[in-house]
Amino acid sequence: MKVLTIARNTFREAIRDKILYNLLFFALLMIAASLLLATLTVGEQSKIIIDIGLASINVFGALIAIFLGIGLIIKEIEKKTIYNILAKPVPRYQFLIGKYIGLLITILVNIVIMGAGLYIILILNELRWGHSIFDVNFDIWKAIYLIFIELMVITAIALMFSTFSSSSTLSAIFTIAAYIIGHLTEELKLIGDKVQDSLLKGPITFFYYFLPNLDNFNIKGRVVHRLDVPSSYIALVTVYGLFYVAVILLLSGVIFQRRDFK
Amino acid sequence: MTNSVIKTENLTKVFKVGFRGKSVAALKGLNLEVTEGEIFGFLGPNGAGKTTTIKILMGLIYPTTGKAWILNKEAADVEVKNRIGFLPEQPYFYDYLTSREFLRFYGQLFGLEGDELRTRMNNLLTLVGLEDAADLQLRKFSKGMLQRIGIAQALINQPDLIVLDEPMSGLDPIGRKEIRDIILRLKEDGKTVFFSTHIIPDVEMICDRVGMLMKGELVNVGRLNEIMDAKVKYVEIVARNVSKEMLAHMEAIGSSLYETCDHVSINVRDEDRVDSILQLIKDGKGSVVSVIPQRETLEEHFIKKIGGTS
Repeated sequence: MKVLTIARNTFREAIRDKILYNLLFFALLMIAASLLLATLTVGEQSKIIIDIGLASINVFGALIAIFLGIGLIIKEIEKKTIYNILAKPVPRYQFLIGKYIGLLITILVNIVIMGAGLYIILILNELRWGHSIFDVNFDIWKAIYLIFIELMVITAIALMFSTFSSSSTLSAIFTIAAYIIGHLTEELKLIGDKVQDSLLKGPITFFYYFLPNLDNFNIKGRVVHRLDVPSSYIALVTVYGLFYVAVILLLSGVIFQRRDFK
Repeated sequence: MTNSVIKTENLTKVFKVGFRGKSVAALKGLNLEVTEGEIFGFLGPNGAGKTTTIKILMGLIYPTTGKAWILNKEAADVEVKNRIGFLPEQPYFYDYLTSREFLRFYGQLFGLEGDELRTRMNNLLTLVGLEDAADLQLRKFSKGMLQRIGIAQALINQPDLIVLDEPMSGLDPIGRKEIRDIILRLKEDGKTVFFSTHIIPDVEMICDRVGMLMKGELVNVGRLNEIMDAKVKYVEIVARNVSKEMLAHMEAIGSSLYETCDHVSINVRDEDRVDSILQLIKDGKGSVVSVIPQRETLEEHFIKKIGGTS
């Protein structure tokens, strides 16, 4: 119940934050602009639109997750609002989970808005060519669902950094780095296999196993080319994401429990 | 037999500061006890460790050594917070909330809801005089209004112990009086109030007992009349129509004089000499306006103590 109270308040704080609307505006702008780009191509315009649209949802969703996610705890400490919450009968881990859920709801709402924007553009595109609206590739929602799972992982990472760092900038850099490397883990493994130097091999192998493989959540290519995405794959990746989130939240909880709020 | 509401034993807090992690002791072996139903003033200059103590009591930071109990439970116990009302130093609140949303939020953190919560919210808004600002966002509040809504949220759970960190700082005299009245009303209701301040007259007016903290150490604790020198410092005699000759005489027997337009104020350090001075005034056909024994004020005591430790 207290978790939900904090989650609701976090959501309220986020939707009263201007940064959210800026990011959402640019995301929708990008999705709309894909329609223009599509007209420059020969052949299946919808592929271009889906490609750009899903990429925009992923990137802007990640930006929302990172910037709002880091602000979650650090802002509470900077503004000293956390003192009065933790002086109430709210266990620290519940505060943390409440903040996390509040942000997830915010992200979910935003992704659904962006997804709806993309869907409308796709419908308009089909109508323009005299096709039925049922020709729209419904699988984009599978891709958007997995983007959401990915953002759950990124939000958890941002939250973890903000539980021990007191600098938003550093936390942002770390989380963005984790996001980028997380999308390059396959390459990391390849490099690790090729490198002879054991001094380099160690850290590379560590990063490969420690950081999440975010490309697992990326089914954009398959959706664009209307290839089948098995439900078993989606279920497996969901479990992978949730497991990663659970571990990070547990770690954040331990760090947060021991922290002094000076 | 009185019950202890707050108790600390040998409480020490060492902070690491700066890049090199230099150790700074904010609290050095604090032993403090606050009993049920009293108003306890926690006094000390800025940086004495008052807020550090309060943060340990509220479970926001952990002591380096020593222990703290509230209502016979360990201070870090989350359950005991159901019975505490807390107002942090300078109210830092979510300023995007309105008064009502704000009180509802904190009420929900105590598990309150429905009619019960609504009734308490309305009563508290009336108590702190913010009925008209019920739907105003906190960012539009004045300092005094913030302090008042802060007190309201501290009382939403009808606590047994109310901890206020600098509740009067930054308020005008009327605002301070309002806060004092609320604190006195809480005492009447049988609550224990623990508040920190550096505004001495407030303490003098309402506190049952005070504790003085300097550089992380409790230098004095007790009832006001116990800790302050009950001894008369000097006797102030105010008189009229005293001749110059007499004044010189009085000065000679060890008193200091301050002349105003038609009065003269004579401060006599030695109580035994008061009678002879009064006799001198009488003999010189002067008239006595007042004779007031002067005792130490809390402020003087406080400054003397600071001087003694620094």
